[in-house]
Amino acid sequence: MRRINSPADLEGLRKDILSKRNRNKPCITLCSGTACHASGSEKVAAAIEQEIEKQGLKGEVDFRRTGCHGFCEKGPIAVIYPEEICYLQVMPEDISEITSRTLKEKKVVDRLLYVDPNTGEKATHESDIPFYKNQERLVFGPNRRIDPKSIEDYLAIGGYQALAKALFEMTPEQVIREVKGANLRGRGGAGFPAGMKWEAARNAPGETKYVIVNCDEGDPGAYMDRSLMEGNPHSVLEGLIIGAYAIGSHEGYIYVRQEYPLAVENVGIAIKQAEQCGFLGENILGSGFDFTIQMHRGAGAFVCGEETSLLMSLEGKAGEPRARPPYPATKGLWDKPTNINNVETWANIPFIINKGADFFTSIGTEGSKGTKIFSLVGKVNNTGLVEVPMGITLRDIIYKVGGGIPGGKKFKAVQTGGPSGGCIPEEHLDIEVDFDELAQVGAIMGSGGMIVMDEDTCMVDVARYFLAFLADESCGKCVPCREGIRQMLKILTNISEGKGKEGDIELLVELSETTRNASLCALGKTAPNPVLSTIRYFRDEYEAHIKEKRCPAYVCKELISYYIDPDTCQACMICLRKCPVEAIVGGKNQIHVIDQEKCIKCGTCFEVCPPRFGAVKKISGEPVPPPIPEEARTIIRKSKAK
Amino acid sequence: MSKIILQIDEKKVEAREGMTILEAAHSVGIFIPTLCHHEKLEPYGACRICTVEVETHGRTNLIASCLYPVEQDLVVRTRSEKVDKTRKMILELMLAHAPDDPALQDLAKEYGADKNRFEKEPSFCILCGLCVRYCAEVKKKNAVGFVNRGIRREISFIPEIASKECLNCKECFSLCPTGALQAAFVLTEALAFPPPPSEPVPDE
Repeated sequence: MRRINSPADLEGLRKDILSKRNRNKPCITLCSGTACHASGSEKVAAAIEQEIEKQGLKGEVDFRRTGCHGFCEKGPIAVIYPEEICYLQVMPEDISEITSRTLKEKKVVDRLLYVDPNTGEKATHESDIPFYKNQERLVFGPNRRIDPKSIEDYLAIGGYQALAKALFEMTPEQVIREVKGANLRGRGGAGFPAGMKWEAARNAPGETKYVIVNCDEGDPGAYMDRSLMEGNPHSVLEGLIIGAYAIGSHEGYIYVRQEYPLAVENVGIAIKQAEQCGFLGENILGSGFDFTIQMHRGAGAFVCGEETSLLMSLEGKAGEPRARPPYPATKGLWDKPTNINNVETWANIPFIINKGADFFTSIGTEGSKGTKIFSLVGKVNNTGLVEVPMGITLRDIIYKVGGGIPGGKKFKAVQTGGPSGGCIPEEHLDIEVDFDELAQVGAIMGSGGMIVMDEDTCMVDVARYFLAFLADESCGKCVPCREGIRQMLKILTNISEGKGKEGDIELLVELSETTRNASLCALGKTAPNPVLSTIRYFRDEYEAHIKEKRCPAYVCKELISYYIDPDTCQACMICLRKCPVEAIVGGKNQIHVIDQEKCIKCGTCFEVCPPRFGAVKKISGEPVPPPIPEEARTIIRKSKAK
Repeated sequence: MSKIILQIDEKKVEAREGMTILEAAHSVGIFIPTLCHHEKLEPYGACRICTVEVETHGRTNLIASCLYPVEQDLVVRTRSEKVDKTRKMILELMLAHAPDDPALQDLAKEYGADKNRFEKEPSFCILCGLCVRYCAEVKKKNAVGFVNRGIRREISFIPEIASKECLNCKECFSLCPTGALQAAFVLTEALAFPPPPSEPVPDE
């Protein structure tokens, strides 16, 4: 690519790119995000290239690897243009048929279409699939249309036009006014208005200022930022350059996890391309504005997602937070005014500049504007990345977009905001999702993790799991966080092992208060959320564990036992053979009995017992019935008895 | 340097810009307890025993006074129900490590902290970092540092440096708020098994 010297030059180049593209030329696109990669998209890609060659379509059909489409449950996803036929769970062996039937004959391969599990109806286009139909994909949408390694693709969809507009038609103050007017709140978790942060950094005294992209996404199960960085890195760069111009910064950093190899690769390529095209470097687009970006690879500490820890890590020190105030806006990286925003926040900027604050504020609720990308995972049919307007209800996300709970199970709770978020029960499913409403019910927006839990989830165990995560991931510097989490984790572990005592719940609440009030950074201040929210909504489960030594969801190993019902056991030998510790006694025509001493409660017998017998029972909070006497164990089969 | 007037415990206090609340309070003889603070060292904010209540922009917050810069018209309360409750819990959490430490016991008496609230932890160290920071900032030797993070965080002497520097210094011992025991123990442990000189230290 050549250097672009003016907005007119940019527009000319875009038209040039488009004129060389034939909209009616068949093009097969394949989702190549990390999730699809794990489902084998590379092999599918190789098959596509081979098959196009083999069937003599070279030059007649385009092939494009795109960023993540979000419907990760059904990956790899292939979409064939111009008809936009969408095939799910595509395997290499499907490619020959797709090529001959769809690319050549323009016919649909029925078996690869989406089938609605409720109605049995098939959907030919992505937009007909309920998962996509109920989303509003402003930021994440372009992912599926572009090859993240191609700046031409980004330019073709209007890329860097917002930058040209900001540099040539707006003053830095006007850019900040637009972002403030849009009321864009930080997507990294705290929801602080981005425009106010920018203004503070702009007004802070000092020549040298820095802007930073925070891509240290560490919540278990969350990968929104990763997919944006992998799938559309130029949108993040464009946002960052606009922010730098507004704030008056000439140096930027992208802090990205080393364990996101594809994001690291694609961002690296994008920076080089942007430099070649003159979107980065000196005299950007001929405007006289200079700006450079360096990528910093983080070593994967959760706490480095906290902005002051991130700064310490960038400075080459241990990733531990510093006190605020002073805020990074006045004293940040190397004590210079610094503005840090999360990936998704930056990616919203080009959109706001292009469409204007008024359009942006037409989406969302009173206090939270625009859309939010969530990582919808756990016990939900359609797992994946979803982008929805602020103000949608949790119920719509879980049931309309997510397709409900698998296996006919009952919904129990949804955990939002990652390890320091909260668990929201059924009674609050109709709240409108925004920063303030989630806080009202004891959860947080966080960066957008959303874990759905069904009736088989133990809420004490959930709290214990998240506290164990935080016990590892706290930096360990301050007492309330380190020692508070240590003690809370001990109490939760005791409760889940049946060693809970009267007063434990009250002590957890007291510890939570201290940890929340006195910790140095947001990690500690939010660490008690999983404990407090589960106590608030599921106190009865805590009490069952403590008082009755019973786990109502049959999860906590120390509190459950497996038992074979002698009346229904058919002595089929399946569980007996599968038991990994040979804890099941029995034989042919001999009713099976579990030796409770040997049993490790792995649950294998429960899973393998044929449903028509259903002889293996899980029990909790009651004694295991004594084994039936050996002489009564023989089964006399009716057919053979005659 | 411009003067800043703030209120600490209903007393008007004049402070210089850039001072912390702790410094401002001490300058007029108002006592705030500290454990990880040392005049010669940069403020650290780890023990949180210096937590006070501040009222700013109509909101009340608990903050660490050793790090919080003074602001014009800030209202500070060094004792309140919330402050005392927080300090009590922080002490109880630390007493699980060092139940017999005199400094902690004095504070425990003041705030009614129960040293048996939590099960005894194996290490005396409350990770105030005085030894680590003194060695780095004053002695410039970096013979002792932190290892690991989260609940596994601990102090550790670097045998290669400690074997040369520590035996004639030991100045960090007397700084230790939990009675020098932990530092002495960790140092002995580090020096007991120095790596053989022929074996180079692996590079990162």
